[in-house]
Amino acid sequence: MLLKLAWLSILNRRGTAFLTIFSIAISVALLLGIEQLRESMRNSFLQTVSGIDLVVGARGDAIPILLYSVFRLGEATNNLRWQSYLEWTGDERVEWAIPISLGDSHKGYRVLGTTTDYWKHYKYGHNRKIELEAGKFFDGLYDAVIGSVVAEKLEYQLNQQIVIAHGAGSAALFKHDDQPFQVVGILKPTGTPVDQTIHVSLEAIEAIHIGWEDGFPSTETDNPEKIKLSDLQPKSITAFLVRLTSKMHTFRLQGEINAYEKEPLSAILPGVAMQKLWQIMGIFEKSLMAVSAIVILSSLTSLISLLLATMNERRREMAILRSVGAGPLTVFYLLWIEATVLCFVGVCLGFVFQYIGLIAVSPIVQDQLGLQILLEWPGTKEFVFVLLIMTCGMLMSFFPAWRAYMISLHDGLLPKA
Amino acid sequence: MKKNAVLVRDLKFAWPASTISTLKIANLNIPENSRTLIQGPSGSGKTTLLSLLAGILLPISGQTVVLSEDLTRLNSKRRDAFRVDHISFLFQQFNLIPYLNLIENVLLPCRFSRVRYQNAGSDEAGLKDEACRLLNLLGLEPEKFSHLTTQKLSVGQQQRVAAARALVGNPKLILADEPTSALDPENRLAFLELIFKQCSKNQSTLIMVSHDTSLSAQFDQVIDLDVLNQANGF
Repeated sequence: MLLKLAWLSILNRRGTAFLTIFSIAISVALLLGIEQLRESMRNSFLQTVSGIDLVVGARGDAIPILLYSVFRLGEATNNLRWQSYLEWTGDERVEWAIPISLGDSHKGYRVLGTTTDYWKHYKYGHNRKIELEAGKFFDGLYDAVIGSVVAEKLEYQLNQQIVIAHGAGSAALFKHDDQPFQVVGILKPTGTPVDQTIHVSLEAIEAIHIGWEDGFPSTETDNPEKIKLSDLQPKSITAFLVRLTSKMHTFRLQGEINAYEKEPLSAILPGVAMQKLWQIMGIFEKSLMAVSAIVILSSLTSLISLLLATMNERRREMAILRSVGAGPLTVFYLLWIEATVLCFVGVCLGFVFQYIGLIAVSPIVQDQLGLQILLEWPGTKEFVFVLLIMTCGMLMSFFPAWRAYMISLHDGLLPKA
Repeated sequence: MKKNAVLVRDLKFAWPASTISTLKIANLNIPENSRTLIQGPSGSGKTTLLSLLAGILLPISGQTVVLSEDLTRLNSKRRDAFRVDHISFLFQQFNLIPYLNLIENVLLPCRFSRVRYQNAGSDEAGLKDEACRLLNLLGLEPEKFSHLTTQKLSVGQQQRVAAARALVGNPKLILADEPTSALDPENRLAFLELIFKQCSKNQSTLIMVSHDTSLSAQFDQVIDLDVLNQANGF
């Protein structure tokens, strides 16, 4: 009965009630959306690489090494010698090692030089291998295999000719236009930076840089036809990803690599570096959460102020209810239920808004940031959020309800309006 | 001898802020099934007296016995419960909840009182029939108005709905505060007649306060509050 009364009373004030519900819904959607984005980000980072025990780069800090080698973010300050790679790969504790060479780009997408080991061993997500959508993995010198996003955004198909630019970014100055590449393979989407990468062989990287030892093209043009595969033994690479025969060797080998005498190297544990990264991100995440919590608080406050503002015009209504037998406590409950219903509808609508919002935003985020947004059904965490918001709203609603109680006690059956 | 519906002895009442008594009544008897008009100019304390009779206000001293129950001895919760079951009100104007339809407005007392719920029909269908019957009696055809919000009714129509609500579920005591003052003079008598008829059928006692002297002839008993009230604080 009270629920029905409360509901009808809300309908009677549907204009303002709708605005209040809307404001609660938006703030709830904001909070849930941020949480979902955070979750997606964490997930996508963790999914990027799997099955790798160590990442080895030139001496440096763990986070930059992780960022440039796995996430293709930022630049490596130094390369490491090919010889070092061969030496460590020869270690009996190493099951396999994938070399990667970065530094060039094509229309803003990173070019990654590697070996066929990459196709054999690289895994992401839960042990998933990279698969081809079309074509084949590279085997010729000027073969390129492109990620799904590259293919889609640049509308490239097999046999497309591409020119690689020296340096990263779309405004790279020098182009290796004397040696164009041909797309021979297109990868299936992975939801990782692989989608935005152009893969070529290490030899190709070497080939296009012949005569570039000073960092820019030499004045005497080489004839590409003269380049022979045998001359293209790589001299340096950016990093290599190591898989050990047993996890037990991890720390030992890490220590040995870090103490390597012939060249200053750093071996990092991707999991540990990831943790460190999260600690830094944590501050950012927490401030986002705090902002959305404040937004929720402010919309709950607007709910309370709406109820308080209508209190005077409702004095008569409360007096009538009292005169037909509603006790002051009933009036209290009526107001309280009304606030709770508004809050509840707001929160439910917030969920709907969140999903609509994420579905709308998800392709943009995927394009711009390469981040795949997870669309999951609400779980325990969301449930706890909602419970918290509802409790907060219900506690705050005590205030107008108590006001109504006092008014109805004071006015009795005769409103002093 | 008839039993008394209302019995007041040595009552004194003053509003909290004032030092002088507003009401001082030595003795007031209102027999059961009677129609009593309490007259007096505005500000003479008519409404205050009704509030005292309903147990909404409590006297500083003295007794108010209503339907054999001494209201001054009940705690506020019991008074509320007692009032819900046995007393109904009819006010001057704006008596209806704007977001409920006619029938729901009429049935409101049954939602808060089990006694009146059972008296009115004891199930939803019965309640609805009873509400329609009362509305019909008071000259409103519920079918014609049921889809309207109460705000679309004229003042006279609203008063009839309020009257039906005051009558639903056979309350023993009906307290009416200027119920006719918003009506046209020609409608007043007819409106009163309808209420009277229903009251005698239900064996309810009606106490009405009004400053309108033209209605006196219709009542069993007319009390001039200025004579009854011995407080001379004005």
